[in-house]
Amino acid sequence: MPKSRFASFGRFRRSHEFWLLIVILVLCASLGAANGQFLTMQNLFDLLTSYAFVGILALGLLVVLIAGGIDISFTATASVAQYVTLTVANAYGANWVCVFAIAIGIGGTLGALNAIFIQKLRIPSIIVSVATLNIFYGLLIFFTGGKYIYSLPDWFATGIFWFEFDWGKDTSYGVNLQILALGFSFLFTWLLLNRSNIGRQIYAMGGNTDAAQRLGFHVFGLNMLVYCYMGVMAGIASLVQAQLAQSVAPTVLVGKELDVVAAVVLGGASLMGGVGTVLGTFLGLALLAILQNGIILLGVSSYWSPFFVGLVILISVSATAWSQRERRTRSARP
Amino acid sequence: MTTFLEMSGISKRFGGVHALRDVDLTLEVGEVHCLVGENGSGKSTLIKIISGVEAPEPGGRIVISGKEYPKLSPVYSTHCGIQVIYQDLSLFSNLTVVENIAMAHHLGGVHTVNWSSMRAIAMATMAKVGIEVDPETKVSELSIAGRQLVAICRALAADAKLLIMDEPTASLTRHEVNTLIKLVSDLKRSGICVVFVSHRLDEVLEIAERVTVLRDGAKVGTFAAAAIDGSKLSHLMTGKAFEYQKQVPDLAVGAVVLEVQGLGRDGDYDDVSLQLRAGEVVGLTGLLGSGRTELALSLFGMNPPDRGTMALDGHRVVLNTNADAIRRGIAYVSEDRLTLGLILDQSITSNVTLTVLERLAGAFGLIGTRARQSHVARWVAELGIKVSDPNNPVKTLSGGNQQRIVLAKWMATNPRVLILDSPTVGVDIRAKDGIYEIIRRLAREGVAVLMISDEIPEVLYHSHRVLVMREGRLTADVMAADTSEDALRQAVNA
Ligand SMILES: Nc1ncnc2c1ncn2[C@@H]1O[C@H](COP(=O)(O)OP(=O)(O)OP(=O)(O)O)[C@@H](O)[C@H]1O
Ligand SMILES: [Mg+2]
Repeated sequence: MPKSRFASFGRFRRSHEFWLLIVILVLCASLGAANGQFLTMQNLFDLLTSYAFVGILALGLLVVLIAGGIDISFTATASVAQYVTLTVANAYGANWVCVFAIAIGIGGTLGALNAIFIQKLRIPSIIVSVATLNIFYGLLIFFTGGKYIYSLPDWFATGIFWFEFDWGKDTSYGVNLQILALGFSFLFTWLLLNRSNIGRQIYAMGGNTDAAQRLGFHVFGLNMLVYCYMGVMAGIASLVQAQLAQSVAPTVLVGKELDVVAAVVLGGASLMGGVGTVLGTFLGLALLAILQNGIILLGVSSYWSPFFVGLVILISVSATAWSQRERRTRSARP
Repeated sequence: MTTFLEMSGISKRFGGVHALRDVDLTLEVGEVHCLVGENGSGKSTLIKIISGVEAPEPGGRIVISGKEYPKLSPVYSTHCGIQVIYQDLSLFSNLTVVENIAMAHHLGGVHTVNWSSMRAIAMATMAKVGIEVDPETKVSELSIAGRQLVAICRALAADAKLLIMDEPTASLTRHEVNTLIKLVSDLKRSGICVVFVSHRLDEVLEIAERVTVLRDGAKVGTFAAAAIDGSKLSHLMTGKAFEYQKQVPDLAVGAVVLEVQGLGRDGDYDDVSLQLRAGEVVGLTGLLGSGRTELALSLFGMNPPDRGTMALDGHRVVLNTNADAIRRGIAYVSEDRLTLGLILDQSITSNVTLTVLERLAGAFGLIGTRARQSHVARWVAELGIKVSDPNNPVKTLSGGNQQRIVLAKWMATNPRVLILDSPTVGVDIRAKDGIYEIIRRLAREGVAVLMISDEIPEVLYHSHRVLVMREGRLTADVMAADTSEDALRQAVNA
């Protein structure tokens, strides 16, 4: 049906994602022209590797935002998961399956705590997650004294490196733990949100909670799932980050929330719930990475980076709001 | 005839409010049953009990197809074939038409989504109901009438045996209502029981076989529609009789307040010239899509015209935003009160005081609780709004009372020009009477009122002058005293 394909392209052209894509292409072209280093395979792999942590968390947050909630405690959750998991691995020995199982378990449990406070006590999610961020983080610092862990199990420190291939003379690329986890998280979240009835229930609930309840959706269960999913993503992201940093530092993750929120919001997710896509989040993450990386490659002081990120968020959110308003007033009611 | 649902001894309390007292109801297979009653008489609450959203007080009995339940849950009642279209439609405006209609596909255990079967279900029901919209559009982009049809499709797609519609016609035009009535009789023929709530009594009598009347949460009785008429019904509902006469313009009609010349906006309306005088109520009618609402929005600064001029008190003005309009004393009560008029989650107090914050402010721009409370108390009394506690969120009010809150909000601004878009939609007959009285009083106080309505008797009996709009142009401008219902109907539909 060529007609419907045109129609869906038309719809894509009006979407937030389309404009993001244009902005990203323009940015890439100009950064590529300004600095030959930018558009290289090396830089691409580096960016994917170093933004895997933010990206995985962004996917968890995307699901929470679509459900109509918000969670900012995930960096503390990740810090706890990371610390406990690698302490256990150091003490008792473990393998990949084990460490991921532990980190996921811890993340999921902490997420469930958030869900219980939010749903059972009906406290707004922003307040709950600000509180739990401080509680999780405070307890972690108290029990660890803020000490870093530098010695990690050998197999963990080595990481993984799959599908190695050579490029040019002496550079070789492969799929490392970060890229693998990032790719898997994107795939799984996409499947959850677009191919499972649970994902669609999450969208519906975020769009109209009362209506979801009336249709018999299990609102408590869905919220539980959503916040656990955020926690699980925090668990996975925490190992990805520890492997990359080759150390566990209880104090460095907290504070990175805003990067994650930035990526998701740039990607078009709405804090009002019900709106947001995996593609958008990917593009939002890409834009964030390109901006921050571009600033460094252009030799601008990296102190400017938050300024530009903030500016781009403002512009992109206003542009979307403006175009929606235009469309609403222009579409004369039938 | 077989009984589909039988309930007895149903009561419901919300805090101090006794929303239902010991109500009985039977619904037969394949009948159209109307529920009528004033705003806040408990119609929506009764429906929520049938659908299992609210649980009745212990002691009630509900029997569906011979099986007894002490109370229902949304899942049970859906399982029994009960589908409700709520006053607020309960659609997911962030999702597409297809997904809304086939939403039941997402229920049940974890499974993958079969998009093509969802699409097939949606297309089949859309064809049955006869709507033509792009199935991939988001519901938020549809008109209210379009959303209504989507809600009906969703109920049908879920295999309804009992379809309950809570004020389905409140925001439809006469033409759309006719389509709906035809649809309902088709449904009835296929053995579906339809429960219909409406404040338009002529419609109720046209569509129903039996009518159940509620007053203050108690059942007055169930009557055969053939055995009663509109005035008897309104008497049963309120214990009061209503009769209207045409408005004769006061000799005191004052100077021209608002004048527009050759106003036009591409795709909406064109070549509109009109005058509104102080102390005059002007009715504006026409089919939905005739450009009435678009014109009204332009007068309120929200839909800037492409051509033409506007003058207030003889001075030319250009209104770019509604803030401009409000500052100049123009108020607008929208037809779509649920999205444009109210902040549903906020308290009644905050909603009513929203437009007059500056006026209520005392020293240092702070607003005293006392000033707020007395302001709210005044308007609640003036419009007869049924409120148990002004600090409750607006969404706990019945639909008609929400409408009165919107009116209060704008009337409180002391406007010089008041534009009312369908002010009595979803409002019961007694409250309508109250609203007409308020409009008359405002006019006597020198306000210029422009009242938009679908209902021809409404504009005929409650305005001094009537304008008719058709396909974006004003086609008639007559004194109410010099015209008749038939003449106006012809002008509207010609
Ligand atoms: N959740 C709630 N909390 C408190 N009071 C409520 C709640 N829901 C309904 N009520 C009250 O119960 C009464 C009955 O309301 P209901 O919505 O059933 O009226 P209705 O007959 O549908 O009126 P309308 O014609 O205006 O829609 C009203 O006084 C209303 O304020
Ligand atoms: Mg109601």
